[in-house]
Amino acid sequence: MDITVTINGQDHTHDVEPRTLLVDFVRTKAALTGTHIGCDTTSCGACTVLLDGVPVKSCTVLAVQADGASIMTVEGLKDADGAHPIQAAFKEEHGLQCGFCTPGMMLVGHALLEQNANPSDDDVRWAISGNLCRCTGYMNIVKAIRAAGAMATT
Amino acid sequence: MTVTEKPATPIEIGGIGHSVKRHEDDRLVAGKGNFLDDHTLPGMLHMAILRSPVPHARINSIDTSAAEALDGVVAVVTGELLAQYDLAWMPTMSGDTQAVLATDKVRFQGQEVAAVVATDPYVAEDALELIEVDYDLLPAITSPQQALADGAVLIRDEKEGQTSNLVYEWESGDAAATEAAFARADRVVTLETHYPRSHPAPLETCGCIADVDGTTGQATIYLTSQAPHAIRTVFAMVAGLPEQNIRIISPDLGGGFGNKVPVYPGYVVATAASLVIGRPVKWIESRTENLISTGFARDYHMKGDLALSNEGRILALRVQMLSDQGAFYADAQPTKFRAGLFHVVTGSYDFPAAHVACRGAYTNKAPGGVAYRCSFRITEASFLIERLVQTAAYELGIDPADIRFRNFIQPEQMPYETPTGFVYDSGDYPTALRKALDAVGYEDLRAEQARARADGRLMGIGIAHFTEAVGAGPSKQYDILGLKMIDSAELRVHPTGKAILKLGVKSQGQGHETTFAQIVASELGIPVTNIKVMEGDTDNTPYGLGTYASRSTPVAGAATAVVARKLADKAKKIAAHLLEAADADIELENGNFFVRGTPAQSVTIQDVALAAYTNLPDGMEYGLEGVHYYDPPNLTYPYGSYVVVVDVDPETGVWKVRRMVALDDCGVRINPMIVEGQIHGGLTEGFAKSSMQWITFDDDGNCIGSNFMDYLIPTAWETPKFELLETCVPSPHHPIGAKGVGESATVGSPAAYVNAVIDAIAHLGVRNIDMPLLPDRVWSAIQAAGVAEG
Repeated sequence: MDITVTINGQDHTHDVEPRTLLVDFVRTKAALTGTHIGCDTTSCGACTVLLDGVPVKSCTVLAVQADGASIMTVEGLKDADGAHPIQAAFKEEHGLQCGFCTPGMMLVGHALLEQNANPSDDDVRWAISGNLCRCTGYMNIVKAIRAAGAMATT
Repeated sequence: MTVTEKPATPIEIGGIGHSVKRHEDDRLVAGKGNFLDDHTLPGMLHMAILRSPVPHARINSIDTSAAEALDGVVAVVTGELLAQYDLAWMPTMSGDTQAVLATDKVRFQGQEVAAVVATDPYVAEDALELIEVDYDLLPAITSPQQALADGAVLIRDEKEGQTSNLVYEWESGDAAATEAAFARADRVVTLETHYPRSHPAPLETCGCIADVDGTTGQATIYLTSQAPHAIRTVFAMVAGLPEQNIRIISPDLGGGFGNKVPVYPGYVVATAASLVIGRPVKWIESRTENLISTGFARDYHMKGDLALSNEGRILALRVQMLSDQGAFYADAQPTKFRAGLFHVVTGSYDFPAAHVACRGAYTNKAPGGVAYRCSFRITEASFLIERLVQTAAYELGIDPADIRFRNFIQPEQMPYETPTGFVYDSGDYPTALRKALDAVGYEDLRAEQARARADGRLMGIGIAHFTEAVGAGPSKQYDILGLKMIDSAELRVHPTGKAILKLGVKSQGQGHETTFAQIVASELGIPVTNIKVMEGDTDNTPYGLGTYASRSTPVAGAATAVVARKLADKAKKIAAHLLEAADADIELENGNFFVRGTPAQSVTIQDVALAAYTNLPDGMEYGLEGVHYYDPPNLTYPYGSYVVVVDVDPETGVWKVRRMVALDDCGVRINPMIVEGQIHGGLTEGFAKSSMQWITFDDDGNCIGSNFMDYLIPTAWETPKFELLETCVPSPHHPIGAKGVGESATVGSPAAYVNAVIDAIAHLGVRNIDMPLLPDRVWSAIQAAGVAEG
């Protein structure tokens, strides 16, 4: 069936099987490979995208469920002015090592900051607790998200 | 000896000691990383693997006809088919054999039985369900004790001469001297513990794209590999392909932690399928496949005895270890050592004598035995000695810190040869532990603990002081299947003074593109931003055994410094020519070459680079480039003192980390920011293993822990916050004094967490709880000790 999903402001219309996962639509049909697959059980959050502004794990959303919706992926963070504050902060605070969880972490962090530009350490830890990182021990991810909030409010 | 010196280079150059922001980050934060599954080749097919649902069974028949008939299926591969190409079995890293696709029996749940190649990954998965396999079930062996019991069913019945499930027997140290020391000891303290099976579980699973051109014979294999060069050689041997036609490309890796060292059956099947079909074949593991079939770690059953004097002086150590190897002995480790570097188990202490006896057994579990963020079984060793010393402290009534101070190898004893043959290069253990204890406020905490106990509260202070042996290794002792564990660096300085550094190692997130550039920046004064680091493509990088066992900085880092020095020597000659001075009078500092005593008269490294291609002294070869293969004279021995404070709820057994103070001494720190990031990650993995993360099996051999809902990885919510400290005793034999750090915290911290929990309840008589310290285990131990009643 034909569906249209707006990804980072651009419409993507493709014929998909009803069982096609949103993550596969994003990675394969839209060829946006910044969204990763780390598990098959909604556990790791590497596939996190924003669906109408809300973080979802795109391995557990069917592409057809996103028909007509607006998606933001990591590729959509950067604008004409260059790196998004959260991208800059992840680099500045060493919030990534292998970088595989990073797109999901940044999107969850971005969604949190939209709600609360000055989150506490615990606010951030709770917000990202659906996203696993095997490299950093989270400390610098928390710092990066808080730093991005501070950057945006100053 | 405890000072981090000011970086020698200015920030614009960004050499050793600067927390340079990582070069690799720009693409990764942009979502432009280049991970394996991000690659699509023209005409590419997709492969999925059918795995055994049972742990031990004879295969009567495999019917693939329905799968082959499915629209979109291009081929179904079985072991029988592979056998025609002599590829049904392959060698392992430990000199055993492993089934690629099962022909006779399946020997663990999740073993590879058949593979489907299709035009679409969903179709490949559909086709797996259409394959009919007829199994005759056999009894499953789920522990090494069971495996070695009389009458146990023979797992490896296909192996000629194999009459039991024993894999190996190996020993180290002096048995007679050890027994003599035990005979004259005042006290003997024993600890038996199981370091449970674990899995590195990098967030990116393993996979490959095999692209074999049947006409030219060229095999380009994109592979999630920490050791692409070694894999190329192994592929040449296994598949019989000429090595010049094999190109392994290991792209950005989403973590590795040892999981991405071995050759897995999926790689071999995909390569064979691509060869036969003539199209590229992609295979990407699912998370469950990753956890149940590839590269497990640990699973050591250990018993340690310490011989002691009444004053708490250690006289000898005796260890018996039984390892669970799974169905195939596939440890990725130096060939000479059958239990990795487990014999470093004497740790940080001055032992007059030690003896270590190891055995391994086949079981109906996945093969592996990979060095999970660990230098070949050093994690198990460090855990045992630190738990054992802690136990001895309680038994002798000595403070756990004091017993360590009484037995530490002293700084003036360095270099120190252990009773099992390691020569520790440098270290000041007492200073490190003292500093960590002061930072945590140890004496105050002990006073608080006494008050807490009086109030019925449980809090504990756990200490671990580990010594690692990393950077394998000297060629006289270290090889894998005969390949010496050297590594190399190739450095080219272009005419405009920009450089490219090519390495045989392969980053999985450690930041090689930044840190190795910093070494060159320090040596030559080329700004770090002008240096590109390239790894992972075997056609375009020099040979090396890869990144694991914390060997990149000790070996490839040394190679980088040495090759840069070779170039500096030539550059000085060119500078002398440009300055019309004698070679011997030229000095190099921060990229400026000047005549000794007259710094005003100078040329830059950029001037020299241009001259290397345009204006040379007579007789000199053009160019400014070189390669160096580094054979380390010794391992390096990073160490650390970790102190954990926990509060334990006696009603539930839940424990929470209040403080985690971690002092690491890894010698010279190239990029302090990256070093601290590595330590954060390792401390988290130690917390994971001590608290929740394990792979276990039920009595029928079903793997429990086959997904992230059962195999628990700590989230940001559970993970403690860490307080880091450092000392710096450089390695005396490493060109820049570095020791390696990527695995230290994973090695050292599990014992610290466990010691803290045990310390909270030691006064009740509890001496051991096996990892992971799940709340029910802690609660049961408290109950068994007879308190918390009423």
